[in-house]
Amino acid sequence: MTAFRLNVMLALVLLALVAAGLWLGETRLGMEGFRLAFADPASAQGQIVWSIRAPRTLAAAVVGAALGLAGAVMQGLLRNPLADPGVLGVSGGAGLGAALAISSGLGAVAGAVEGAALVAALLTGATLTALAARFREPETLILFGVALSAFTGALTSLVFNFSPSPVTLAEVFSWLLGSVANRDWSDIGRELLPMTVGAGLCVYAAQGLVMLSLGEEAAAVSGLPMARLRAAAVAGASLLTGAAVAMAGIVGFVGLAAPHLVRAGAGADPGRVLAPSALAGASLLVAADLAARLIPTDLELKLGVVTALFGAPLFAMIAWRAARSWRG
Amino acid sequence: MSAPFALDAAVARRGGAEVLRGVSLEGRAGEVLGVLGANGAGKTTLLRTALGLQRLQAGAARLDGRDVRTLSEPARAALAAYLPQERRVGWNLPAWRVASLGAPHRPPAQARAAAEAALERVGLGALAARGVLDMSGGERGRVLLARLLAAGAPLILADEPAAGLDPDAQLLALGLLREEAARGACVVLTLHDLSLAARACDRVAVLAEGRLLADAPPREALSEEVLAAAFHLDARIEDTSAGPVVAARRRRSGG
Repeated sequence: MTAFRLNVMLALVLLALVAAGLWLGETRLGMEGFRLAFADPASAQGQIVWSIRAPRTLAAAVVGAALGLAGAVMQGLLRNPLADPGVLGVSGGAGLGAALAISSGLGAVAGAVEGAALVAALLTGATLTALAARFREPETLILFGVALSAFTGALTSLVFNFSPSPVTLAEVFSWLLGSVANRDWSDIGRELLPMTVGAGLCVYAAQGLVMLSLGEEAAAVSGLPMARLRAAAVAGASLLTGAAVAMAGIVGFVGLAAPHLVRAGAGADPGRVLAPSALAGASLLVAADLAARLIPTDLELKLGVVTALFGAPLFAMIAWRAARSWRG
Repeated sequence: MSAPFALDAAVARRGGAEVLRGVSLEGRAGEVLGVLGANGAGKTTLLRTALGLQRLQAGAARLDGRDVRTLSEPARAALAAYLPQERRVGWNLPAWRVASLGAPHRPPAQARAAAEAALERVGLGALAARGVLDMSGGERGRVLLARLLAAGAPLILADEPAAGLDPDAQLLALGLLREEAARGACVVLTLHDLSLAARACDRVAVLAEGRLLADAPPREALSEEVLAAAFHLDARIEDTSAGPVVAARRRRSGG
């Protein structure tokens, strides 16, 4: 399959899922309801479609695309099929930022929690980018990421520890579980700039990712500006992850699974996996959000719970089949 | 014309120990220069130093007369191509894709054509589409050699190009590197097989504990004294119908 055909196919799947995201939900609209929603966006049906379902579905798509792309970049950069956006500790940093904002009573201020999450993610990302410029070996970066994850995790626990009330505690916990429910257009608009910049950096870094397949030494004298490309990859992945966490909380498995899902069709080239991974990530998360909406439970399922619940077994199956092609 | 590469009293440290202790060496266009020495003698460090991958404590490293530290990445890649000892490839890329990475600045179609031509030369033309992780170690080594050839650089630094190859492929690899020298490139390679070095190299540099013991044509450089000092061997060169052979046995302590 050519890369172009694969991308078109994945885009069609995504479109179908987005259409389903507008169509399906708690309230049954029917054909007539939909006609009304399109004819008069201010009608009750229009409100449901354009103010509730559309931003929610789009948020899921954007977050999924960001995580899928970030995961593909991290796997390429670290030459490690187990890498995901969380491995560098950026998700942990964003989670800490959100926890701090909620526990200091900013939960009611529009955009404050998301803003805090993004700022914390940027700080973590900047630390990592600086480190990535100094140390070439992927192992070093993974170790720093693990250390950062553990540290931000410990600080988040500390926030729990000193949390003033059980209500705040529940709020932080609920936020960390991940969700795109009740997102509005401004939530999406806020993260669009960091996500676009992040995606641009990742696209720039793609040529360096394939060169890194040959190892650090060969890449270093290949003629590509590897230090700059490596920094772009880390900064890009951090921006995407940070913005995704700021928009939807911590959503696991999408960034890990999306690149593996498309490798069979896109080939192993870590540069060519990027676009299909973003598309597949978007589809996965829109589908997961649909499942969260449609599975009848008393309390709506959290997105992060759904992705882990379905993602883990699915991922084990992909891993089983793909294991052969990872390493010689 | 400046030398393709030149080390001037180079001193380099790795992990706290001095690995090069004032080595001066120059490459010449059109020749195959072998860098020989026991394990840990500083062969790989010498190649890395010439490329600017290894920081110098003292001395200088120049490519085509220019300080290697002042060269931009594309400028350095235009002057030198490198085959590191590490032969692992991170992903199961098709052979042609790996070989095409030797020419990252050329348009994709040209890079692919150069890659396929290089794969033909290493005898893997028929396997261009196969994934490198589905290949044997020796085949993968030849794909990486094809990447080196696809670069078409005026200086080729190959760290153990014969490692992991069967005897026929070893001769093929060294023959191809000789062809590169014949088109005017300076080829620098490290080798452990002394007989192969004696046959394939125009000149050999023998390192021992970071110092240059000899720098001369193989017959001169691989004297009994140098072989004894560098490798602790009782050895000498003998001529056979297939070329010179280094016959060696281990030295007895105190013998």
